[in-house]
This record gives sequence, C-alpha cells and structure tokens, in this order.
Amino acid sequence: MDFNTKYTPQSWPEHPEQATMEGKNKFLGFWLFLGGETVLFASLFATYLALKNKGPSGMEFSTETLFELPLVFVMTMLLLTSSLTSVYAMYHMKNHNFKGMQTWLAITVLLGLGFLGLEIYEFYHYVHIGFTYNQSAFSSAFFTLVGTHGLHVVIGLVWIILLLIRNAKRGFSLYNAPKYYTASLYWHFIDVVWVFIFTVVYLMGVVG
Amino acid sequence: MSSIAKKKGFGATLWDYLTTVDHKKIAVLYLAAGGLFFVIGGIEAMLIRIQLAKPDNDFVSAGLFNEIITMHGTTMIFLAAMPILFGFMNAVMPLQIGARDVAFPFLNALGFWLFLFGGVFLNLSWFMGGAPDAGWTSYASLSLASEGHGIDFYALGLQIAGAGTYIGGINFLVTIINMRAPGMTYMRMPLFTWTTFIASALILFAFPPLTVGLFFLIFDRMFGGNFFDHTMGGNTIIWEHLFWIFGHPEVYILILPAFGIFSEIFSLFSRKRLFGYSSMVFATVLIGFLGFMVWAHHMFTVGLGPTANAIFAVATMAIAVPTGVKIFNWLLTIWGGSIKVTVPMLYALGFIPSFVAGGVTGIMQAAAPLDYQLHDSYFIVAHFHYVIVGGVVLAILAALHLYWPLMFNQMLSEKLGVWTFWFFFIGFHMTFFIQHFLGLMGMPRRVFTFGADQGWDLFNLISSVGAIFMAIGVIILVINIIITVVKNEKVGNDPWEDGRTLEWAIPQPVPFYNFKQTPLVRGLDTFWIEKQEGNKEGMTYAEPIGDIHMPNNSFIPFMMTLGLFVAAFGALYNGEKSWAVPVIIIGLGITVVSMAVRSLKDDHGYHVHKEDLMNDKGGK
Amino acid sequence: MSHDAHVYVKSQTEYEYARKKRRESMRGQVTTFGIMIFLTLISFSTVIAGFSMYFILPVILLLASVQVVLQLYYFMHMSEKNHNVPAFFLYVGAFFGFVFIITFLTIVWWG
Repeated sequence: MDFNTKYTPQSWPEHPEQATMEGKNKFLGFWLFLGGETVLFASLFATYLALKNKGPSGMEFSTETLFELPLVFVMTMLLLTSSLTSVYAMYHMKNHNFKGMQTWLAITVLLGLGFLGLEIYEFYHYVHIGFTYNQSAFSSAFFTLVGTHGLHVVIGLVWIILLLIRNAKRGFSLYNAPKYYTASLYWHFIDVVWVFIFTVVYLMGVVG
Repeated sequence: MSSIAKKKGFGATLWDYLTTVDHKKIAVLYLAAGGLFFVIGGIEAMLIRIQLAKPDNDFVSAGLFNEIITMHGTTMIFLAAMPILFGFMNAVMPLQIGARDVAFPFLNALGFWLFLFGGVFLNLSWFMGGAPDAGWTSYASLSLASEGHGIDFYALGLQIAGAGTYIGGINFLVTIINMRAPGMTYMRMPLFTWTTFIASALILFAFPPLTVGLFFLIFDRMFGGNFFDHTMGGNTIIWEHLFWIFGHPEVYILILPAFGIFSEIFSLFSRKRLFGYSSMVFATVLIGFLGFMVWAHHMFTVGLGPTANAIFAVATMAIAVPTGVKIFNWLLTIWGGSIKVTVPMLYALGFIPSFVAGGVTGIMQAAAPLDYQLHDSYFIVAHFHYVIVGGVVLAILAALHLYWPLMFNQMLSEKLGVWTFWFFFIGFHMTFFIQHFLGLMGMPRRVFTFGADQGWDLFNLISSVGAIFMAIGVIILVINIIITVVKNEKVGNDPWEDGRTLEWAIPQPVPFYNFKQTPLVRGLDTFWIEKQEGNKEGMTYAEPIGDIHMPNNSFIPFMMTLGLFVAAFGALYNGEKSWAVPVIIIGLGITVVSMAVRSLKDDHGYHVHKEDLMNDKGGK
Repeated sequence: MSHDAHVYVKSQTEYEYARKKRRESMRGQVTTFGIMIFLTLISFSTVIAGFSMYFILPVILLLASVQVVLQLYYFMHMSEKNHNVPAFFLYVGAFFGFVFIITFLTIVWWG
C-alpha cells in the first residue's frame, strides 16, 4: 500500500490511520504527546487549586460569586456535542465516505467556534468588571489555566479547518488518514480537559 | 534524488548539514554544538575557580560572579550534557535496534535547531545587558527581582531549547516502540537503548512542568502576572515545586543514558555478556519511576513540614536500591571476564568509585535533619559534581572514544586518551573531593568570595588547582580530536573487535540508509550470536534486498526555529521598545509560514532502488 | 517500506459485515454521548441544588472521572486493539499529574 493507491470502500483498510509505518508512528507519537499534555494541564490545575481565591487583602472577587453556571453549561454542551460530531466524522472516514467526514468535521468546527465565542464573551465580561489577568494570583492562575485550554481549542479549530480546506479536492489516502485521526484525538482530549475544568474550576468554585 | 557516492564541496556539505534529517548527521551536529557549549561552560567554571582560589579576591565582581555561576550550571546541564547525550542516542540507538532512521526524521532536525537557537539566545545575554544571575534554579523571589533582562533570556532561551528536547524525547520513544527489527523484543534490546527509552519517557513527563513554570516566570516578569507575588496572593514555593518536579527527573535523564553507555562498555571490554540483564532493565525502570517521587528533597529547608520531609526522605533513599543493583551487576560483569583496558574501559572503571561516592553523599543528604546543615553548602556542590561529572561527563568522554569509530570511521588516539583520562580524573577528584570538607566546615555555596580568617583558604586553592588539571585534560582531548580528524585513518567495521550489538555489525563507512536489509535478531547481544556461529556475512537478514524509502532533506526546521528566535527578541523587549510587538509578529509569522509550507507541499521522500543497492558496498 | 504489500479487497459479505459492525459501534458512541450528557446534568444539578460541600465535591469529581474514562475508552478508541502502549503512557501521565495535584493541595498551603 502506498500513498498513491486509489482505494474503494471495499479495499479501504480497517484502520486506515495505522495502515502505514508513518501512520503507526504518528498515531503513537500523538498519544504520547497527549500523555505529556496531561502532565502539563495537571501542573496548571495544581497551581490553580493552590492559588484559588488568593489575592490582595480585601479582594472582592471569589469563585463563589464570579462564575455563571448557565453559561458554563451551554459551553459544556457545545464542546461535548462537538466531540460526538468528530466521532461521526471518523465513522465516515472508516466507511470511506469523504463527503460525510468533511460535513461532520465542519459541524464540529461550528460547535467549537460557538464554544470559543462564549468563552471570549465570558473573559470580556470578567475584564469589564475588573477581574483582569493582573488583578490577583487567583486571576492569573484562572486565566492561564482556562486560557491555555482556550488556546488549545483555537489550535484545534485551525488544524481541522486547514485539513478541510487542504484536502477538499483530494479525498482520502493513507497519507491524510492519520492526519484526520490525530486531529480528532486532539479534539477529544480538549474535551477531556474541559470536563475537569468545568468540574474543578466552575462547579467546585461555586460550591466553595 | 540522491546518489550513493558524491564528492562534496564545502558549500554543499554545509547545506547538507543545514538541511539534514539523517539521524547520524544530526548526531554529529549535537556533538559539535554540545561540545562547543561544554567548552563555554568549562571556561565559566575556570573563572569561578580563579575567583575562589584565594580569599577576598576581586577577579570578578559579585554581580558578574552570580551571572557566571548561573550560566555555568545552565549551560552545562541544558546545553552541553543533554545535547551530547542526545547526540549519542541519535547516533547509536537506531542502529542498535536495526532501524533505518528515527520515527520522525524531520522532527529530529527540528529538535536540534531548537536546542541550538535556544542555547545561542541564552548566551547572547552576555552581550545584551547581562546574563541571568539567579542560579540555574532561578528561584522565583530572586529571579523576579533581578534587574535587566538576564532572567528573561533564561526563561525564553530554555523554553525554546526545552521544546527541542521534548520533541526529541517523543521521537526516541516512538522509534523504540515501533521500529525495532524483527526478533528484537523489548528484552533483547541493548541496555543503551533501554536507558534511552526510559530517559525519553522521563523527558515526556518532566518537561511539561518546566514549561509551565517558565511560562509563569515569563508572565510574572513581563506581563504582570501574580503567580509568585505573595502581596497579590501568589506563592513563591510554587516555582520551586514546578522547577524540581522537572529538575529531579532531569538529573535521571542525564544519568540513565550514562548508565547505558557504561553497560555497553563493561560488557564489550570484558568480552562477557552483561550480568543480570533483566534486573538491569527492571532497575532502570524503577529508577525512572522513583525519580518522579522525590523532588522535594531539594526543598527540605523550605518549611514543608516534618511529614512531607519524611516521605520524600524515604523515597529518596529508596532510589539507592536499584542503583546499587546496577553497580553490583557491572562489577559482576567484569568479574571473570577477559578484560581489555581501553580508554572507554578506563573511564568506566573510574566511574564506579566516583559515582558511588557521589551517590552515598546523596544518601547522606536524603536524611532531612542532616540536610538542614548541608543545604546550600559546598557539600551539596561536591555531591552533585561527583554524580554529574563522575557519572555523566565520564560517560560522555568514554562514549566519545567508544563510538567515534562508529560515527566517523576513525579511531581516537588511545595514548592521548589515556593522558586525557588521568589529567581529568585526578583534577576532578582534586577539585571536588576537597569541597566536601569545605561544606562540612561551613562554606556556603554561590558566594563570590570568602573571608581569609575561616580556614577555607588552602582547600579552595587545591580545588582551583584541580580545575586546571581538568582543563589540561580537555585540551589534550581537543588535540586528540584534531589530530584524528586530520589524519583520517579509516578503521573499518567492528574496530573494537568484540562488538556484541547490532551497531557494530554495520559496514563502515555507514551507508546513509543504515541497513541494506533489515537484520533478523535472534537473541540478546545478537551480533555476538552471529559471530559465535561463524557467520562471515555479518548478520542474518529478515528481508530480501528491496527498494528503500528515505526522507528528503529540508530547510524548514531551520526556518521554523529562526522565526521563534526572532520572536523571542520581540518578547524580551516587549513594553520597552516600539519595535517589540512587530518583531514578535514577524518572528511568529516566519514560523507559521514555514509550517504552512511543510504542510502544503507534500514531501513523501524518495526511494533508493534495488539496483543501486546491489552495487553499493557502503558509502555516504 | 515495501511496496509489494498488496491491497486487500473485501468480499461483499465481509464488506457488509464491516459496515454493520461500524454502524453498531457508532450507535454505542451515541449512547455513550447520552450518558455523558446525563452525567454532566447530574453534576450541575447537584451544585445548583445546594447540597453540602462534602457531598458535592467527591460526587462531581467521581462523575468527571467517569466521563473522562468514557471519552478515553469509547470516543478515543482506547478500548480497541493496539492501544496498550498509549494507554500505559496516558495512565502514567495521569498518575504523575494526580501526585502533583495532591502535593500542591497539601504541601503548598498545609503540612
């Protein structure tokens, strides 16, 4: 099998993303990268938990009063659904249905953009009321943790959009299958991190 | 695209090295750059010892001294030891597992350029307002208060270089997991490959906390963050935790490949297989794992409390057990073997007592109550130089001799090698043994001078004289290298005559595709097995000769890194100079455009055809 | 990489079987998604309902962990073959992360 072979749904390999040495390497390399990212986010979480609610004396911001759960709930639903749509996209890739995959990846991007829009609105609101990056240790830690996640969302969206545009005229090959698969893995990982963010930052924050 | 034998001019060779994705050439780049930084770090060490040779000295000012000790530590660990070890891992590991290159050759090149540019950026601080001066550990309160841009050079430079190391770590892991030759199970891998594997896993998990810590430092210094500022609710201890969560595994990242090199040396030059292979593997894994559980032993005096201190003290002492297992296994490898005392073997024999001495002082420090007395004294300096110089540097010098013929088809002079060894070894003990006593006598570390009336004068002088001996040793080594390169006497394959592992089975000079046919591995020390059976061919092969798929060279890694380098200058002067933000944008733009070129222009490599391979007897 | 490896064309039966299996697997994914939504709803509800902090904290952390496990094993295919090594490294990373977080919680402020 090589990169120029034309496949049909009947001849498309069962696991196209791992059907070549390059694909296997990318698959494993990316999972390892996610293992490292786990430790990265753990360090950010650890710092946030240590600096939660800590600020100059008389600070008026605290997790109990700052966060708005309805907004966070909607953001969570958007991101969670986008995770499902990316699974759908991979399903279509396995079935050698290029149009199907592109469609569901596009929907994933739209949902991701929705999430991002709401997060930008949330941050804008905080800055507006004086809860800026420099306000306290708590604010620095919050914006760094949640902002790093947001940055990862941006990178994920750019990645998927570029894949969609770049490969629009090319269809499937064993060369781009691993690229779609790893982008999808990345997108799921972002959702995994978000599950911990909404639990540890927002839910635990509101509870106190 | 590439013919088998080509005569190259200087320009063509330069371009070849600037664009190479070949692990063997990248190894040479790492060795050269790492060697250069080793010399720079060594000069910094000489300056330190000159300043401390006599009391109340004013050879350098206090501020400059702080910069020198900071750069000495940072350079030696990040820019000399790690890259040189990476060089050997790049040169040897793929050959040891029968692979044709690493899993991601392009990323391999990128990792190198990131290291080089990060190191250059850091060292530019000398000429641009002053080097960092808060120690290689850059503790947050001091580093936040440091005036000038030194610390910013530190944070940005290490962030860039660290990214390179991280990429390299993932690369080695995937290579070892996915690309071993048929028949090479995990338990048939040579020890150097095992230690590369575990060290790479340590890199994967240890560098993210450093990344986070450095970002916090950058944000606090340059963007008004409050992570470490207690008046704003921050906590300076967070830096220490993050730094040492990285820093302790880092020293195991340094020592494990060194252990791997010595395992190869002891076995090769005793003409005997490594004693207790399984326990060596298990010990390596255990050391790697435990290395993550002990970081707070660098923080005993910070006020974590007796419970925390006790837990970390016990965990630290536990690491001595697998390390001891390895020492005994090496000794038992030599025992009863047919020993050939070559230069690598000399280093290995010198390593045993030196590293054990460093290890036992480590165990002494692991007892938290004693560490209250020893912390920040010269005893600590003595300890870590004993394990790093006595462990890592001796391994690097040994590996240089051992693998020089593999990498360059030449042999370094044994005679000059012996001179280097003795000058360096004697100088090393002279410098650092005496420092144990200085520490016990109360001399603190990181002091730019000391008073004349404390009884420290003689020992400091002896310590400085030892440094001169080490310098002479290194100079002899440089002369050795120059003479060998100029003479250019070819030695052919298996020059040590007793090679047991796959890297010695390859023809010399090593073909750019490594193995014409992927070898079939039939057991541990697989080349030895073939030799014992009288296989004149060299190795049994796992496939017939066929087309070989090789990656293309690329200038993009260089460009991507150049972009980051440029952007770092913008970040450095952000807020001070009007051109800062445009420079950041231009720099990041260069990086992003390079990445786009890489993604948009498919590069599937090229094929070396069967017919050319049949005719090829080996060549670059 | 050898180019002699041949392309395997599935027979009609094999092809339809593979498609059926994938369809069923996709339905399982949608079910998993439903469970995740449900878990999220419960988490948010417990917080809004105003139970005691000592009840809520372990419950929402547990629900988050379950959701992450579902995400990893089903959405990210960690339950399928060939995932032993990635799973191992992810677990090690998660373990170290957990140790760091516990340390920061206990040592940075208390102890």
